[in-house]
Amino acid sequence: MALLSLRGLTKAFGGLCAVKDLSLDVESGRIVSLIGPNGAGKSTVFNLITGIYEPTSGEIIFEGRCLNGLRPYEVSASGIMRSFQNIRLFAFMTVLENVMVGEHARMRAAIWDGALHTPRARREDAAAQEKALELLEFVGLTRMASEWARNLPYGMQRRLEIARALAGEPKLLLLDEPAAGTNPAEKHALMALVQSIRQRGVTIVLIEHDMRLVMEISDEVHVLDYGEEIAHGTPDQVRRNPRVIEAYLGKGA
Amino acid sequence: MSTLRGSTAFGRLAVVLLIVALFALPYLDKNSSHISAYADTGYVVLLAFGLNIIVGYTGLLALGFAAFFAIGAYTYGFLASPQFGLHLNFWPMILVSAAVAALFGLILGAPTLRLRGDYLAIVTLGFGEIVPQVFQNLDKWTGGPDGIAGIDQPHLFGYAFGFNPVPYYYLYIVIILASAWLLNNLRNSRLGRAWMAIREDELAAAHMGINTTSAKLAAFSMGAAFAGVAGVLFAAKLSTVSPSGFDFNTSVMILAAIVLGGMGNLPGVVLGAVIIGLLNFLILPQASNWIHGLGDQLHWGWLQGVDLNAYRFMIYGLILVLVMLFRPEGLIPSATRRAELRANHDEASGITGGDVPATAEHLG
Repeated sequence: MALLSLRGLTKAFGGLCAVKDLSLDVESGRIVSLIGPNGAGKSTVFNLITGIYEPTSGEIIFEGRCLNGLRPYEVSASGIMRSFQNIRLFAFMTVLENVMVGEHARMRAAIWDGALHTPRARREDAAAQEKALELLEFVGLTRMASEWARNLPYGMQRRLEIARALAGEPKLLLLDEPAAGTNPAEKHALMALVQSIRQRGVTIVLIEHDMRLVMEISDEVHVLDYGEEIAHGTPDQVRRNPRVIEAYLGKGA
Repeated sequence: MSTLRGSTAFGRLAVVLLIVALFALPYLDKNSSHISAYADTGYVVLLAFGLNIIVGYTGLLALGFAAFFAIGAYTYGFLASPQFGLHLNFWPMILVSAAVAALFGLILGAPTLRLRGDYLAIVTLGFGEIVPQVFQNLDKWTGGPDGIAGIDQPHLFGYAFGFNPVPYYYLYIVIILASAWLLNNLRNSRLGRAWMAIREDELAAAHMGINTTSAKLAAFSMGAAFAGVAGVLFAAKLSTVSPSGFDFNTSVMILAAIVLGGMGNLPGVVLGAVIIGLLNFLILPQASNWIHGLGDQLHWGWLQGVDLNAYRFMIYGLILVLVMLFRPEGLIPSATRRAELRANHDEASGITGGDVPATAEHLG
């Protein structure tokens, strides 16, 4: 059974259909890319999965459970974490705190535990901090742990977003253009990071514009145009698909 | 490594010395009206603690915070006075009033916390106006504009507090210290991080698994609970409550205290509250007396008419304008807020969001 299935997913904003009758399966352990021209509806798909938008019709099924109507915090608690196209870190919290916020749903301390600093809260906080440091090491930000998120260079902010998302122990990680705006070296490092995340057993859905990168690391590619899937398959199949070439380059190219 | 910044040995020593000095104060200053002013400053500190959770940590602009103060004070008034013939023991009533105020925090918060920014400010402002009006007009139960008199004053091991300000002063110090400990714990807890994450980016916080609605409700009710405790102490020390003590001016005074001291940072909040409290209860009344004395000496009759208390809000306003001009982050800001205000001067932060809508359809 697929980890995530979208069934006839449609989202209309008034007369505009941002996503139209989209069906796709994401198998566990794979890196699946969503590509398509600007405005194709890729980010809308993420916003539908994570509960920012409610689908106009269709279903989102994750581990056999329908996610329709869940709120974002419930979606993330069920095991789906995401990064944002335009970085949305907690700018004036430390790098370490940012990652610890990501662990929120995995922690249990109640309000009085925190207020009274009970042994339970202390134990849990210490464990959370340890895990956060481990994740910072994984993404190469250990040195930055006590800096504010906003003070990090852009490429590091991208990595911090990934570490924060991983802190929620996702089974499925949605990365929305994680390499956007980074230089070629950073881009390469980020893609290596994405691959090592997959090795940790996390399934990844990736939105990315850089075709070369997408083709290199994806197991499977879905191409959207005007909210509709126009092709899917392995990178090689997609690359040769005439409809994809047309969507990207226009007719008669 | 710690998520808590700047808790140095020097800082701890300073805190210990300060506490010793606070306990010694009634031996150094035997003027009972001074001690009374110091004690009253205590409730400003407690209110500032409460408002700091809502405004400073969670970033929700709540006006009308005095409503929770009123609810705490009247709760104790109802439960320990001839009004209903109830005379419940003072000590557990501290917690009862805190709980009642917290409950009203939930009742107000549940329908309104979907609102953001200015809209939330307006609704809470309205609540702040409504509550004293209700106490004023339900005169059958609340004593109307005269309020409730003859409220029981605390006893401890056979010692009656009465109208002597000294025991209240010590009680405030003990409760403030305990509150500061609680607040510092909260700030560095799972919930405290959730509050700050909401302040920084509510939508991203929701995606990190934070139930933003319940975290904001927790902030509202915790803040209200502190105001409830302040209300009990206030009512007990004065032995009376009336609606006029809880108007918009009180709310503004508390907001001014945390802005002056440094929002989101406990030492700053305490300093701001102490300055505003002393100004209000000690300095302005005294300065008026000096001016009157000066008028007597110089035979300048018009000086007799000067009452600085009447200019209180002009003076708060002046202080706020000066703070905003010269030290917008407050006197002892949290490191965060200083950087934030500096950053806004430099350039717009590189961290902004545009790929998801500012108001989510389904964020709840």
